[in-house]
Amino acid sequence: MSGDRLLEIRGLCVDYGHGPDAVHAVTDADVVLHRGEVLGLAGESGSGKSTLVMAATRLLRPPGVITGGAVRLYPAVGTEVDLLEADYDVLRVLRWSQVSLVLQSAMNALNPVMTIRVQLTDALAAHQPHLSRQDRHARAVELLEMVGINSDRLSSHPHELSGGMRQRVMIAMALALQPQVVIMDEPTTALDVVTQREILEELKDLRDQLGFAILFITHDLSLLIEIADAIAVMYAGRLVERAPASALFRAPRHPYTLGLLSSFPPLHGPRTPMTGIPGSPPDLRALPSGCVFHPRCRFAFDKCAVQAPPLAVVGASNDRLAACWLQLGDGPAPAELALREPDLTEPTASANGTQTSSGPTGRPAPTERPAPTGVPERAADHEEPVQQGSTA
Amino acid sequence: MALGIGTEPTAGSGAMPGGSLPGTARSRPRAVRLPRSPKILAGLAMLAFFLLWSIIGPFVAPYSPNNIGLNSPVPLPPSAAHWLGTTNIQQDVFSQLLVGGGAMLLVAVVAGVIATALSVIVGVTAGYLGGLADDLLSMLANIFLVMPALPLLVILFGFLGKSGSNDVFLIGFIISITGWAWGARVLRAQTLSLRNRDYVDSARIIGERAWRIIFAEILPNLTPIVASSFLFTVLYAVGTYSAMAFLGMVTLPPNWSWGSMLFQAATNNAELSGYWWWYIPPGLLIALLGTSLVLLNFGIDEFINPRLRAAGLSRRTGSRRQARALRSQQFALTPVLIEAAGAAATGPAPTGGSVRAGGPA
Amino acid sequence: MRVIARRLFFYAVTAAIAVTIDFFIPRLIPGNPVQAILSKIQGQLPSKATIHALDLQFGVNTTASLWSQYTHYWNNVLHGNLGVSTMSYPDSVGSLIRAALPYTLGLVGVATLISFVLGTAIGAIVAWKRGSWLDNLLPVVTFFQAAPYFFLAFVAVNLFAIKLGWFPSERASNVADFPAFTWTYISDVLYHAILPALTIVIASAAGWIVGMRNVMVTTMDEDYVLIAAAKGLSKRRVIWYAARNAILPSVSGFSLAIGFIVSGSLLTEIVFSYPGLGNLLLQAVSNNDYQLMQGLFLIITFAVLAANLIADFVYVFLDPRTRQEA
Repeated sequence: MSGDRLLEIRGLCVDYGHGPDAVHAVTDADVVLHRGEVLGLAGESGSGKSTLVMAATRLLRPPGVITGGAVRLYPAVGTEVDLLEADYDVLRVLRWSQVSLVLQSAMNALNPVMTIRVQLTDALAAHQPHLSRQDRHARAVELLEMVGINSDRLSSHPHELSGGMRQRVMIAMALALQPQVVIMDEPTTALDVVTQREILEELKDLRDQLGFAILFITHDLSLLIEIADAIAVMYAGRLVERAPASALFRAPRHPYTLGLLSSFPPLHGPRTPMTGIPGSPPDLRALPSGCVFHPRCRFAFDKCAVQAPPLAVVGASNDRLAACWLQLGDGPAPAELALREPDLTEPTASANGTQTSSGPTGRPAPTERPAPTGVPERAADHEEPVQQGSTA
Repeated sequence: MALGIGTEPTAGSGAMPGGSLPGTARSRPRAVRLPRSPKILAGLAMLAFFLLWSIIGPFVAPYSPNNIGLNSPVPLPPSAAHWLGTTNIQQDVFSQLLVGGGAMLLVAVVAGVIATALSVIVGVTAGYLGGLADDLLSMLANIFLVMPALPLLVILFGFLGKSGSNDVFLIGFIISITGWAWGARVLRAQTLSLRNRDYVDSARIIGERAWRIIFAEILPNLTPIVASSFLFTVLYAVGTYSAMAFLGMVTLPPNWSWGSMLFQAATNNAELSGYWWWYIPPGLLIALLGTSLVLLNFGIDEFINPRLRAAGLSRRTGSRRQARALRSQQFALTPVLIEAAGAAATGPAPTGGSVRAGGPA
Repeated sequence: MRVIARRLFFYAVTAAIAVTIDFFIPRLIPGNPVQAILSKIQGQLPSKATIHALDLQFGVNTTASLWSQYTHYWNNVLHGNLGVSTMSYPDSVGSLIRAALPYTLGLVGVATLISFVLGTAIGAIVAWKRGSWLDNLLPVVTFFQAAPYFFLAFVAVNLFAIKLGWFPSERASNVADFPAFTWTYISDVLYHAILPALTIVIASAAGWIVGMRNVMVTTMDEDYVLIAAAKGLSKRRVIWYAARNAILPSVSGFSLAIGFIVSGSLLTEIVFSYPGLGNLLLQAVSNNDYQLMQGLFLIITFAVLAANLIADFVYVFLDPRTRQEA
């Protein structure tokens, strides 16, 4: 089962600054990403989702400091590496060849004074020095075509491309070395809705073709419905819930997730009133006692203000976790947080039980690509989103 | 201009395209925090020292700056009677130093005030009005910016004649004419960006008058840049006045300044004969006065753009070893500081259940 | 190339304004400049021709209209006729400047280039190593940034030429007249140029260091630099990605800096008795040779404008965004 794991973040703590003034941006976070999986990491801005991932890759800028935990990467070949113990040269080899990165604004992420060609091939030159210039050029052409851009754009500079094209170039760049993981930090947030949709579709296709895993960071849960296999929700630097995507959407177990889900109109499906979450995210320098969410939680009871709930298994299947006293037998779980989970068709059928269960998109997990499981049976209350593209 | 100010202004606020002041709105409380920066404190202390020096200098000078009637054909090295020795015509160097600061500082402040006023008027007008007025005013500023000031000042002062080149206010005025353009350019850019901010827009929409918007909404936000451009002009004027004096364009006596001391030293080949006490002290004083102004300007730059501060992390906390590790960290290598005793930090992860992301084995 | 065309137009206007300033200053300032000059010239009595030339130059005792004087002045400038030097009569201002110009162009040009390259490189490294001991360099740099060039020149002469005897203390060569371009002559000129060039480099590099450091610090926060590191590129390459962008404000700030550097360098020449424009300027000032001062103002302005134009070309070459808009 460990062979399945790709990136394992354990008890990661990240501070901004050091000493008494330090702000605890991420506290004791556990995230595991499996091969070929699309894991969504959701939360409001400031919830620590980007910080968590950037720290795990050691790319977090000052004044970020990692103050605890372990981050293990299991490369396709070779032994596991603890990224927190690695030095610059070890990381250099792993970077981009194993873990690559797509950032929110490609305008800022592409070097404005260098051509697309240079930026597509520089990683090749650094990691595969045996490649000839022609080889690199051929690969660059291939990469651009993969994201649907004509290769005559190789000599362009970033400012000569449209926003959507820039983001596609960014994605092509990230795939240059066929990495195991692509981290996507709000990759479509800066784009208009139509382009956003196109790029998500392309991303799904590419994922199905190439089988890389994606760690998809976004504040927009409705995007994750399109693409994610599993979702982790963060609040105030802590993971508050994680679950298979479909289960999380249908039957959230944490009040914060519930609030998030009602803050966004789903791209598809019936209109529901947007209730949102009262109040605003807490000041990380002065966190509330007990459960950090309790001041904004309409279900909070006495214990919540006193003791912080652990992130623990909820319900029967142990792929559902929530950090909420309501779910841990201490309180009466309100009806909204006790909806029946979608039936997992074959919960123990294979090693990839959860992934086999179709998400709301009806898209099968990449490992099972040839088997289109089609429309899930319990979709009565939920309009199905488009399926083509994913079942290809 | 003789100062090696080089790209100093580029380094400052102007380097930020569109400039970003801290906070979008007037942020008063920050101004109180300003003097905490060590650069600003050092700069202020040095500047205060020079002010004091220039004001009381003439009164405490042990001798007249002119010939004091000693009989020696060569400059005398420092002694108990003459702390910094004498010049070739037996003037007391220390007394000249004490007397020589005042006029220069006065010229510099006069030039600084006039040039800053000019740059605010031109810069804010151009930035606020935009269009043709902006084009013309910007062009005017750019012309003054590229025209080399030293030879221009030489002909200006040359034709003004001796009487003109001894009038402190006239000198300050003429220097300010060649020194306002940089400030105007920076202020124009900043005004342009402020003009498009929401609160200025809303002021315009509710029908505020232009002058009110400028004085109430825009100028307060320009304060750090105005201060910075004032300091820059003062620095420029100190350098320029020293350069004019060094070229011998300021009459001696009575107009002693550190620059003219260097002029005398140069005409008498002090550096070739090793009369260090003659040229080192005045040069050092000009350099230190300039340093104090540059430091203050740095402090303001760091206030405007906090990213410029030297250390990334607070130094006062944690052990020294940690602090050093944090400060000298490499780019793209987030430091890991896991306390040995605090191993518990990794502990309370809730069981292996959380290992599973989407797919249990 | 529209950028360059626009800049060219701007420089033409600036040059025209410089000529106009040169024309009007003696006419606007009260008093009779010719009498003022004559009263100051000691020694040899000026000839009638000299006085007539001065009259023409400054618009005294003439019935010609201001406009015709102005066009006449322009005609002279365009033909390279900058008047007669009263200081070394009957030499023309043009011939004096022509003799001195190569020294200044060589010295200041090379020194500025070295200081720019060196200063921006150091600035980039100081920014990259932010938080290391290199930060302690900044106060030192601040001092050099504020110290007058001519003061540093004093110290350099005394230390390296007099005390240590490593370099000659003055002049551009040991040969009085210009001989053939032999290697001996060239190496002698280079040897004489080292110390003044070093002074200019040290005095002016400080500005580039601080400028580059500050922009680089901001640039390193850009996403594309982070991406370069995330790509696993070599450190040198990552620095290059940032520096390649951070250098742009330094190049565009060149127009401001060059004025300061030229002024400082002219004064440095004086300390070294270097036979360039700076020394000529000092002689013009001490001998009240106004025509020479005016000629120098024009020539130095033109040279600075030319340097600016070169910087503009470099900028357009370095920043693809300026190339595109045409």
